Amino acid sequence: MGAGRLYAAVAASGFRRYATYRVATAAGVFTNTVFGLILAYTYIALWDERPGLGGYDQAQAVTYVWIGQGLLSVVAVMGGGFEDEMIERIRTGDIAIDLYRPVDLQAWWLAADAGRAAFQLVGRGVLPMALGGLVFRLALPTDVGTWLAFLVAVLLGVLVSFALRYLVALSAFWFMDGAGVQQLAVLAAIFFSGLTLPLNAFPGALGELARALPWSALMQTPADVLLGERTGSGLLRTYAVQAAWAVALLAVGRLVQSAATRRVVVQGG
Amino acid sequence: MADLRNLRGLRDLRDLRGLRDLKERRDADSGFAPAGRSRLVDGLRAYRLIAWMWIRSTMAYRASFAMTVFGNFAGSALDFVAILLMFSRVDELGGYSLGQVAFLYGLSSAAFGLTDLALGSVDRLGQRVRDGTLDTLLVRPAPVLAQVAADRFALRRLGRITQGLLVLGYALFVVDISWTPLKVLLMPVMVVSGAAIFAAVFVAGAAFQFVAQDASQVTNSFTYGGTTLLQYPPTVFAKDLVRGVTFVLPLAFVNWLPALYVLGLPYPLDLPEWVAFLPPLVATACCALAGIAWRAGLRSYRSTGS
Amino acid sequence: MDSSQDTDHTDHTDRTDHTDPAPDPHRPDTDPHHPDTDFIRLDGVEKVFDVRKKTGFLRSERRQVRAVDSISFTVSRGEMVGYIGPNGAGKSTTIKMLTGILTPSGGRLRVAGIDPSRERTRLAQRIGVVFGQRTTLWWDLPLIDSYRLMHRMYRIPDTRYAENLDRCVELLQLGDLLDVPVRQLSLGQRMRGDIAAALLHDPEVLYLDEPTIGLDVVSKVRVREFLRDLNADRGTTVLLTTHDLSDIEQLCRRVMVIDHGRLMYDGPLTGLHEIGESERTLVVDLERELPPIDVESARVVKVEGPRQWLAFPAAQSAAPLVARIAAEYPLVDLSVREPDIEAVISRMYAEKATS
Repeated sequence: MGAGRLYAAVAASGFRRYATYRVATAAGVFTNTVFGLILAYTYIALWDERPGLGGYDQAQAVTYVWIGQGLLSVVAVMGGGFEDEMIERIRTGDIAIDLYRPVDLQAWWLAADAGRAAFQLVGRGVLPMALGGLVFRLALPTDVGTWLAFLVAVLLGVLVSFALRYLVALSAFWFMDGAGVQQLAVLAAIFFSGLTLPLNAFPGALGELARALPWSALMQTPADVLLGERTGSGLLRTYAVQAAWAVALLAVGRLVQSAATRRVVVQGG
Repeated sequence: MADLRNLRGLRDLRDLRGLRDLKERRDADSGFAPAGRSRLVDGLRAYRLIAWMWIRSTMAYRASFAMTVFGNFAGSALDFVAILLMFSRVDELGGYSLGQVAFLYGLSSAAFGLTDLALGSVDRLGQRVRDGTLDTLLVRPAPVLAQVAADRFALRRLGRITQGLLVLGYALFVVDISWTPLKVLLMPVMVVSGAAIFAAVFVAGAAFQFVAQDASQVTNSFTYGGTTLLQYPPTVFAKDLVRGVTFVLPLAFVNWLPALYVLGLPYPLDLPEWVAFLPPLVATACCALAGIAWRAGLRSYRSTGS
Repeated sequence: MDSSQDTDHTDHTDRTDHTDPAPDPHRPDTDPHHPDTDFIRLDGVEKVFDVRKKTGFLRSERRQVRAVDSISFTVSRGEMVGYIGPNGAGKSTTIKMLTGILTPSGGRLRVAGIDPSRERTRLAQRIGVVFGQRTTLWWDLPLIDSYRLMHRMYRIPDTRYAENLDRCVELLQLGDLLDVPVRQLSLGQRMRGDIAAALLHDPEVLYLDEPTIGLDVVSKVRVREFLRDLNADRGTTVLLTTHDLSDIEQLCRRVMVIDHGRLMYDGPLTGLHEIGESERTLVVDLERELPPIDVESARVVKVEGPRQWLAFPAAQSAAPLVARIAAEYPLVDLSVREPDIEAVISRMYAEKATS
C-alpha cells in the first residue's frame, strides 16, 4: 500500500471512530448550543454598549460566537483528540513499538487527527451554527468563495492545532504525569484562540500579542475569513501566517520527537 | 453536604414502611454493625473515608497536584479575565457596573465551586456504567450516591472556590451596598442554597447518565453552563431564557434573585421582592426531585444492568 | 433518551416484586428458610433484558433477551461450587443478582435469608465479591491502605481485622507487598490482594468471577490452595465462575453448567466429564507437511500445513503418545491443550441430541 493510501485509511478510521459516538456527539452539540446562547447574549450586551468593537458590528459579533462554538471541537481547543491516546502510549511504553514501525509517527497521528477533525466539522460544526441562526440574525456570507476560503483557513487551523497538541503529547516523554502540561495547554488555547472573547476586542498590547500567537490561527483567523474581514491579498497573507505557524510548529515537533526517540533508545524502551 | 441530607431525608421517608423491622433485623444478625445508624450517617461516613483515600492518592504526585490546583484556579479565573477585558472597553454591561457583575460572578463561582468540590465527579457515572466499575460500588455496604460523589475527590477544586471568593471579596470592596442584618444573613444562606441547587443539577445529570451513558456533556451544559450564565446580569439575556432559568430549571435562585435584593437592583420579570428569600426552599425541592431521579436511575440500572 | 422504555422496565420489575409474597419485610421469620442447607436459594429466578438492536441509521428494534431463564438451585453453607458456561450464558447476570447488583425480573432469590436486591447494603456486610478483571484496590496507594479502608467501611472490629489480615497476609504471601502501591503489583499479586480485601470482614459467602484469569501458573496454584483452605477451615461458602476447568477440577465437588440462561447440569464434576467424554488435544508441529499422523488411541482432527491436531481421551496419559509420534515422525514442537469448558459443553449438547 502506498504511503498516501495508508494515511488516507488512517484518516478514514479516525473519522469512523468518532462517528460511532452518536450520543456523545448529540450531547456535544447541545452543550455548544447552550454556551453559544449564553455568549451570544453577553456579546449583544457588549456590542450594544460599544458598537463596532474590534471592527465587528453586532451581527458579526453574534456570528463569531456561533463560528467559535462550531469550530471548538474541530480545532480541539479543549484538547481531547489523539493526544490522550498518544500520551497513554508514551506512559505505558507502547510508543517504542510505534517508533519502529515503518510509518512516520507524526504523519500517522496527523492523519488520525485529520479524520477526527473532518467528522467534528460535519457532526459538531454545522448544527450549532444552524441552531444559532434560528435564534439570532447571523452575518453569514452568501457566496461560495468565502465559504471555500473559510474551509481552507479551518484546514490550516487544524494543522496548527495538531502541531501544538503534538508538542503537548511529546512532553509526556519528560513529565511522568502529563496532566499538568495538558491542562495549561488547554487554558492557553481557550484564552488565546479567541473562544471567550474575539482577539480583536482585546485591548492594546495584549490584543497585539494574542493576535500574533499561534492560537489565533485556530479560531480567530477562520472566523475573520468567514466574516469577510480578510479578502484579496489580505486573505493570502492570513493563509501565509497560518501556514508558517503550522510548518514551524510541525518542524519543532519533529525535532522534539527525535530527541524523545533518542531518549527511548537510551533507556532501552 | 446539605444536598445529601435532603436526598437522604426523602429516601428515608420512602422507606419508612419497613424501616423499624429492618433496623431490628440488621442489628440482630449483622456481625458488627453498630445499632441505630441511618443511611445518611452511613453515606457521609463512606464519603469521608473514600474522599480521604483520594486525597492521599493525589498526594502521591505532589508536583502534579500543585500544577492542577493552579490550573483549576487559572481555568476559572479566565472567565473573569474575559469579563475584565470586556470592561476594559465598556463601563457597563446590561446596565451593571464591573463591581456588580463581580458580585454575581463571585457568588455563582463560590456556590458552584462548593458543589464541584463535594460531588464534581458524579458526572463520571456514565463512564462507570460503561466500564462496569459501578458494580464494584454496589457490593459495598454504603449508599452508591455517596460512593460515586466521593469518587476522585479532588482538593484541586479548592482553586475554583478560592478564585470565586476572591472575586466576591473584590466586589464587596468596590460595590456600595446598604447593608441590613437581613442582607448579611442572606449571603451565606445564598451560597449554601446555591450549592445545593447545583448539587441537584449534578445528581439529576448523573441520573440521566444511567439512561444515556455518553451524555455527560449534557450535564456539563447545565452545570458549567449554568454557572457561566449566572456570572452575567439577568438584564443581558432574553426574557424567555430568564423565565426558563427561573421557573423551569430554577438557577436564578442560586444568585440572581437574592443577589439583586442585596444590591438593591430591580428583579427581572417583575418578580415580587420576597422571592429573594426562597433559595432554601427551592434548593430543598430541587434536591428532593434529584433524589427521586437518582433512585429511578439506579433502579433502572439494576433492572437492566446497563 | 427513550424514557417510555425505561418506565416499562421499572414497571416490570415492580410488578414482579408485588406478586412475590416473600420480600415483605414485616414477616421475615415466616420464610421457609433452612439456614444451612438453603444458604443460597433460587426458585425460578429470571432476568429479562430489553436489547435494542440497530436496524438502520436511527431506527432500532427492541427485543427481549432472557439472560437467566427460570433457574432454581440451592447451595448449602460451606459448599464450594463452580458455576460455568460459555460467554454470555448468564453466569455474570446470576452472580450480579446474588450480590444485589441486579434485580431479578422474576422468581425468588435468597442469600442467607436476605433478598439481595432489597437489602443490598445489609447483604454486603455478609458477602465478599472478587471481580477477576476489575480490581477494587486503590491504584496509587500501598496495598495496606486499601485494607484500612475496608476495615473502616465494613466497620470490622479491630481485633477481628488484625486477625484476618494476618491470616490473609500469611496464606496469600502478601507480607512484602503491603507497602507497595497497587499499580506496581503484578496481575497475580493484585488478584491475591483483591481476594484478601474481600475476606477481611469475614464474609459467609465469597463470590469469585474468573479469579484465575490471566494469572501465571504459580499464582493460580497459590490462589487455589488458599481458596481450598478457606473453605475447609472457615467453612466459607464459595461460588466461582471460571473458564478454566482445572480451577473446578481442583476446587469444586459440585459444578453447575449454565447456557442460554438455563441450568444445563448440576452435579459432581466427574458426571460432567462422563457426559462430555472430554478429550485433550495434542498439537504437533512437524518438519514438513505430511499426511495425517496414524497412531492408535488418538485421531487427527485438523491439519494445517506442517501442524496437526490430535484428540485423545482426557483420562489417558500423553507421554506414550508423544513417545510414539516422536519415534516415527520428524517432530519440531508439540503442546497439549486441556479440554475447555466450551468444548465440554458442546459435547454435552451432542450427547443430549443423540441420546
